[in-house]
Amino acid sequence: MGLVMNIELKHIHKRFGAVHANNDINLTFATGRIVGILGENGAGKSTLMKILSGFQSMDSGEIWLDGKPVSYNGPQAAIAHGIGMLQQDPLDVGAFTVLENFIYGQPGNLSPKRKVAQQQLEKLSQRFGFELDPDMPVSQLSIGQRQQLEIVRLLALGVRTLILDEPTTGISTEQKTLLFDALRELAAKDSMTVLLVSHKLEDVIALCHEVAVLRAGRIVGSMDMPATTTELVTLMFGQELAAQPRQPINANSDDAVLALHKVQLRNKRMKIDNISLRVRAGEIIGLAGLDGSGQEMLLRACVGLEKCSRGQIDIAGRDMTGKSYREFLQTGVAFGAAGRLEEGLVAGLTLTEHIALVTSHQSFIDWNSARQHTEDQIKHYNVRGRPESRIETLSGGNQQRVLMALMPQEPVLMALEQPTRGLDVDSARWIWQQLIERRKGGTAIIFSSPDLDELVTYSDRIIVFCGGWVQEVADMENLTLDELGRMIGGEGVIQ
Amino acid sequence: MNPELINIFNSIVANATPLVIASIGETITERAGVVNLSLDGSLILSAMVGFVAAFVSGSAIIGIIAAMIVGGLIALIIAIGGIELRQDQVAIGFVLTLLTADLATFLGQNYTRIPGPQILRSPIPILADIPVAGPIFFNQTALVYLSYALIFGLWYWLFRTRPGLALRAIGERPETAFARGANVNRLRYLYTIIGGALVGLAGAAYSLSVKPGWATPPSMAGDGWIALAIVIFGGWHPFRVVLGAYLFAGLRALSTAIQRTPEIEISVVLLNGIPWVLMIITLLLVSSGAIERLLTVLPRPLQKWTRNFLRSDPPAALGTRFKQK
Ligand SMILES: Nc1ncnc2c1ncn2[C@@H]1O[C@H](COP(=O)(O)OP(=O)(O)OP(=O)(O)O)[C@@H](O)[C@H]1O
Ligand SMILES: [Mg+2]
Repeated sequence: MGLVMNIELKHIHKRFGAVHANNDINLTFATGRIVGILGENGAGKSTLMKILSGFQSMDSGEIWLDGKPVSYNGPQAAIAHGIGMLQQDPLDVGAFTVLENFIYGQPGNLSPKRKVAQQQLEKLSQRFGFELDPDMPVSQLSIGQRQQLEIVRLLALGVRTLILDEPTTGISTEQKTLLFDALRELAAKDSMTVLLVSHKLEDVIALCHEVAVLRAGRIVGSMDMPATTTELVTLMFGQELAAQPRQPINANSDDAVLALHKVQLRNKRMKIDNISLRVRAGEIIGLAGLDGSGQEMLLRACVGLEKCSRGQIDIAGRDMTGKSYREFLQTGVAFGAAGRLEEGLVAGLTLTEHIALVTSHQSFIDWNSARQHTEDQIKHYNVRGRPESRIETLSGGNQQRVLMALMPQEPVLMALEQPTRGLDVDSARWIWQQLIERRKGGTAIIFSSPDLDELVTYSDRIIVFCGGWVQEVADMENLTLDELGRMIGGEGVIQ
Repeated sequence: MNPELINIFNSIVANATPLVIASIGETITERAGVVNLSLDGSLILSAMVGFVAAFVSGSAIIGIIAAMIVGGLIALIIAIGGIELRQDQVAIGFVLTLLTADLATFLGQNYTRIPGPQILRSPIPILADIPVAGPIFFNQTALVYLSYALIFGLWYWLFRTRPGLALRAIGERPETAFARGANVNRLRYLYTIIGGALVGLAGAAYSLSVKPGWATPPSMAGDGWIALAIVIFGGWHPFRVVLGAYLFAGLRALSTAIQRTPEIEISVVLLNGIPWVLMIITLLLVSSGAIERLLTVLPRPLQKWTRNFLRSDPPAALGTRFKQK
């Protein structure tokens, strides 16, 4: 095809109140390259990408395409200039079918030609091995499939630059392979430019030709690949991050904080039988498995958000089977949901209001002391935000920090869904430091993660979920990432 | 078929027409993500204005136009309050319901119980001669024919055109619609006003055709709430909405007939309650898992159509505000 496209960003500025999210950004992206955009949480990556793709306006600065300055007011106009962005939560309409969603936004006369569009959709999907049923409602697709749909949609609109913001969170390994193959092919064969925002350095290393790094709104460096993780980390944080030493648990008693006896869990799609597990104080249990293999169900069952259809759950020696979430909370468990803004935090409320919600037990809130307390927590948890900031304006990493601040101080058990989802390497470490602090005080932690490295690094024991079966990793000492990956994929399962 | 039965069905279709038009109007508004809760008052006020305008001018057409303007203006107030001033649409709609109904009683007091212009039947040649269906559906007033056009027109618009995709998208996920180039709030204004104008038309259909004239208390009082319920019952799908309106009118005719038959003794309250009970049962059925199970045994092409038809979720962004960047 050979449609070239060179993008130049010149002196881009964007402020949100006191936050200088993009501060004099100058960058050039050459055609046919895959560029990684790296940086800590809140560095301004998403903001910059949204400006380039028309989702956000800039305060000042210029965008030049192929040597000419352009300006556009909105995503549709950016697409007309050949720049399309895939949002982390794909912007589609759940009530539409795949085909309707594909058609919506395409130019044309009053009544779209469905047959023609369907052929185009099928041809593009086939090229990349995507399996998209045109008649399926979008609400029934997985995140990975919705991404695929969005990609073929943007390609059909003729974009020559594709921006992806953290595309690999929440998709399966196979979907990731498909996605990466597609991106490589688009860059190599169609000379498309691909911009990839990601915290997963191994993804960046696997895919990118070069990287640009932001810190606190500025470009602080760039580098041609190949590079090692250490080099990238140094570029991002200005220093190497010391490996965290693992400490053995000091379980001074053998009593189980959490005990599952032959628990059966079921939902519409699957049934898992016979889960038995004893977790002692201070233990960290990792739950591994492909997205939706039942890890989340188990976590929720441990805090009473999911009912077991059979079996018994004890917390600190008390039978809690069938009890409500409220009663579980009273025994001293804490729960952190993966969908931060959907479940853990309330969009529209400020930080102070969040803190007041969990700390104040009277009907009337003493706002002065709540504010004071919030300021302390912000300092303690190093949150980039102010007491009166609304939660949804914080970057992902900072939302996660707030979630930590909202957790009770010394819970008996913490059940955490993907505790470091969307966090930069440094923030992820920070979260784990906090967690390890709490485990020293005797808190048991049970968490799920799609990140094998995280599982192997922090877990005392790992439970693997696969196709309706659970199995504990027998030899933790010699467990390698590869081995764990194979177990998740269904190899070596004893049935 | 028994000519008497044909007559009954003919009058059911005629009587259902204002409900059909009003609930189609509300369907349009709600598909765009706006709730116009003022239907009951809107219908009454536009019926009154429609009748008076027709009476004064001597022209039913002018009455219809006046009624549509009234319905559109009330909807405009809802749009301004809900979209521009960012107030709660339900609250505004509710207040307007009470206000407009009282206004109608007050302004219309000199025009009660007088004869005025009426829209007369105009059978469609050829079509009216089709056995059974002809005399039922095609020996009606022009307003009834217009309601047929609205039903099919709205279905086509929603499910077969590009602007229809945009209309559904602004009610489902306005962020997406915005990203794909729609001016969400302007479209919401447009469809709210169109929906309101249709409610006005429905009002005129009462006072110029179905229940000609103006009286206090207004004879169509309560029908606005019924139309709102029919939209929900109809799952925001034009065909199902219409089915609901006809079903309701049919049950009403049945209950009137039974009340006139001295041999059957049933309490009036009980009879009037039947449509609501049926509606609730249907809603429960549709929202339970039974439908999904039914879908799996149907052949594939039918599945898609049936799912679409039986869908019962409201537009996801109904009643919410959208802040355009
Ligand atoms: N709509 C907004 N209103 C106010 N502040 C905002 C808004 N969007 C972003 N910010 C702020 O701008 C800064 C940059 O945010 P941005 O989302 O670009 O970071 P990021 O690099 O994408 O971080 P992450 O890796 O956590 O996604 C943050 O401090 C954030 O709080
Ligand atoms: Mg971001």
